[in-house]
Amino acid sequence: MANEIRETEFCAGEAEKLAVQCHGVTKAYGTEEAKIMALRGIDLEVRMGELMMLVGPSGCGKTTLISVIAGILDQDDGVCCVYDHDMLRMSSSEKIGYRARNVGFVFQAFNLLPALTAAENVAMPLIINDMKRTEAVARAGDMLARVGLDSRLDALPAELSGGQQQRVAIARSLIHGPRLVVCDEPTSALDHETGQKVMELLRNVALAEDRALVIVTHDARIFSFADRIARMDDGRIERVVNSPTELSM
Amino acid sequence: MYYIALKMLMGDRSKYFGMVMGLTFASFIMTQQPAIFTGIMARTFSFMTDLGQPDIWVMDPKVQFIDDIKPMQDTQLYRVRGVEGVEWAVPLYKGLLKVRLENGNFQTCIVVGLDDATLIGGPAVMVQGRLEDLRRAEGVIVDSDGARTKLAKAPATPGGKPVPLQLGDVLELNDRRATVVGVAKVTRTFQSQPVIYTTYTRAIGFAPRERKLLSFVLVKARAGEDLKALTVRIRNATGLAAYTREEFKMLTVKYFMKNTGIPINFGMAVLLGFIIGAAVAGQTFYNFTLDNLRQFGVLKAMGTSNATLLRMILLQASVVGSIGWGLGVGAAALFGYVFRDGVLAFKFPWQLLVISGGAVTLICIFSAMISIQKVIKLEPAIVFKT
Repeated sequence: MANEIRETEFCAGEAEKLAVQCHGVTKAYGTEEAKIMALRGIDLEVRMGELMMLVGPSGCGKTTLISVIAGILDQDDGVCCVYDHDMLRMSSSEKIGYRARNVGFVFQAFNLLPALTAAENVAMPLIINDMKRTEAVARAGDMLARVGLDSRLDALPAELSGGQQQRVAIARSLIHGPRLVVCDEPTSALDHETGQKVMELLRNVALAEDRALVIVTHDARIFSFADRIARMDDGRIERVVNSPTELSM
Repeated sequence: MYYIALKMLMGDRSKYFGMVMGLTFASFIMTQQPAIFTGIMARTFSFMTDLGQPDIWVMDPKVQFIDDIKPMQDTQLYRVRGVEGVEWAVPLYKGLLKVRLENGNFQTCIVVGLDDATLIGGPAVMVQGRLEDLRRAEGVIVDSDGARTKLAKAPATPGGKPVPLQLGDVLELNDRRATVVGVAKVTRTFQSQPVIYTTYTRAIGFAPRERKLLSFVLVKARAGEDLKALTVRIRNATGLAAYTREEFKMLTVKYFMKNTGIPINFGMAVLLGFIIGAAVAGQTFYNFTLDNLRQFGVLKAMGTSNATLLRMILLQASVVGSIGWGLGVGAAALFGYVFRDGVLAFKFPWQLLVISGGAVTLICIFSAMISIQKVIKLEPAIVFKT
C-alpha cells in the first residue's frame, strides 16, 4: 500500500512539465545463470517539449529503456511514468489503447508495411484508433505534405529512397498527435546528409510544447539536435548533459 | 484493419499464390474424388434410375443388390398382382448373356426382358428406331455406348475405326439370332457392359434353360397408396422381398460399400487430399505469418490489440480459403464437364460442395490457429531489433 502511494505521488509530474519519469527501473533478460541485466536502476526525467537523446555503446540498454518508456516492454522493478501514467499498473488492453493514442514510433529499419502506399502507411495509427480509412488516408496526405512527400502519396515503400521512407515513418509517428515519440537509431540507415535532414524534420515538425521526443542513437553527428543527452553504459545512466561538448569532458 | 489485412495478404504475390494453389489442390481432390465415387455408386443403381415407372421392386428374399439375380417362378407375378393396393405388376428379366460378335469374339451383355404387352421398363431415350419395334421378330434394342464400342463391327479397312451397330444388324445371343431394331441412350452401368433390351418372352428364350427365370416383378401402386405399407403387404402375401425404388437403391449401394474396396480407395484419396492440402496451406500460411511477423509486431507496438490481429489473420485465412475452394470446386466441375461423355463416372451433388467447403474451412482454421499463436505470443519490442 505504501509503495502504491509512493508510485502515485511519483507519477504526479505533469504539473512539473515532465513527460517521462523513470525511477529505479531494472530489467533483466534470461534467468539464473543466463541472466543478463539490461537496466540496472535507471533514473531519468524527460521534459515536455524536449528532445532527449539516449547515447552509449551497443548493448548498454538504450533500446530496452525506450521499449519500457514506450510501454512495449515491462520493467522488472522500479517505476516509469509517461505523462503521469504508470504503464506497469495498466491492464494489457489499457496499455495497448494508451500506446495507440499517445505514442509514436520511428524505427531504424523504418518498418513500413511494404504492401501499403506511403499514405496508407501514414494513416495506420489513425486506422488503429478507429478512424475511417478514407478519412485517415486524406489526413495522411496532409501529413506527408508537411514532410515534403506530397508527390509520393501512392508510392510503395520499395519505390522510395531510404530518406523518403524515414520521412514517411516520421509522418506516421506524428499523424495521431502523440505526446511521446520514441525513435530508435533514426539516422543510422541513412547517409550523413539525409540523416541531418531527417533530424531537422524531427526537430521542426515533431517537437512541440506538449510533446517529448526520446531518440536512441550512437550517431555522434546528430547529437547537436538534442536538448539534453543521457549517456548510458552497462544498464545505467552515466550522466545527463545539455550539449554534445559536455559529453567529451 | 481488414483492408490492411487484405493488402498484407496480397502484397506478397508468390506466397498468396502458393496458399491459394494449395487450397485449390486440396479442394479439387476433396471434390473430384468423391464426385467420381458418387458417380460410380450411382452407376450401381443406374438401371433402377432408368426404370422410372415402377414404385416397388419385388424379388427373391436372398437378393442383395441389383445385379444379384436369384430367379423366381413366373407364378410369383400373379401372386403379386393379387395384393391389395397394386395397380399393375409386370415381369422383368435381367441377366448376363454372351453375345457372339461378327469377328467371332464374345461379349458379355446385360439382357433386359420387358413385359411383352406393355414394354414397361424400356429405355426412355431412343437414338434410332422405336421402342415398339421390339415386337418385330428377333427384335432387340442396344444401348448407344455399347453399339459404338464393345458391340461395334470390325473396321472396314485395317486400322480404321470400328463401325457402330446399325438398325438391321444381326447379333447372336446364346446361339440365337437377334436383329437390332433400335439404339437407345442408357445410363452407363457399374460394369460398363452393353445393355440389350428385348421382350420378356424373347429374353427367356435367349437365356439358358432354367426352371426359374423371372428376375423381378415391377409394381405400380394405386394412387394415394402408402408405398411402405404396400411393400409390407407384398412381403406378407408372397414371402418375397419388396422394396421401394429408393430402398432398393440404398440396398445396392450398401452392398457395394460393404463388400468392395471402392469406399476405402476413394476415402484414402480424399484423406490424402485433405492432409496434403492442410499441410501445404498450413505451412505456406504459417510461413506467410512468420515473414510478416515484424509487420504484426509494428502493428502491435502501435496499439493494435491481439483480438484485432486475430481477426485480421482469420480474414486472411478465410479469403485464401474461399478463393482456393472456389477454384478447386470449379476445376472439379470443369473436369466432370469435360469427361461427361466418357466412361468416367462423375456425379456432383450439392452435398459435395458443403462437405469440401467444410473441409477447407477446417484447413483454414488449422492454418490460422498455428499462425495466431505465434502472433499472440509476439513481443512488440521485436520492432526495435534490426
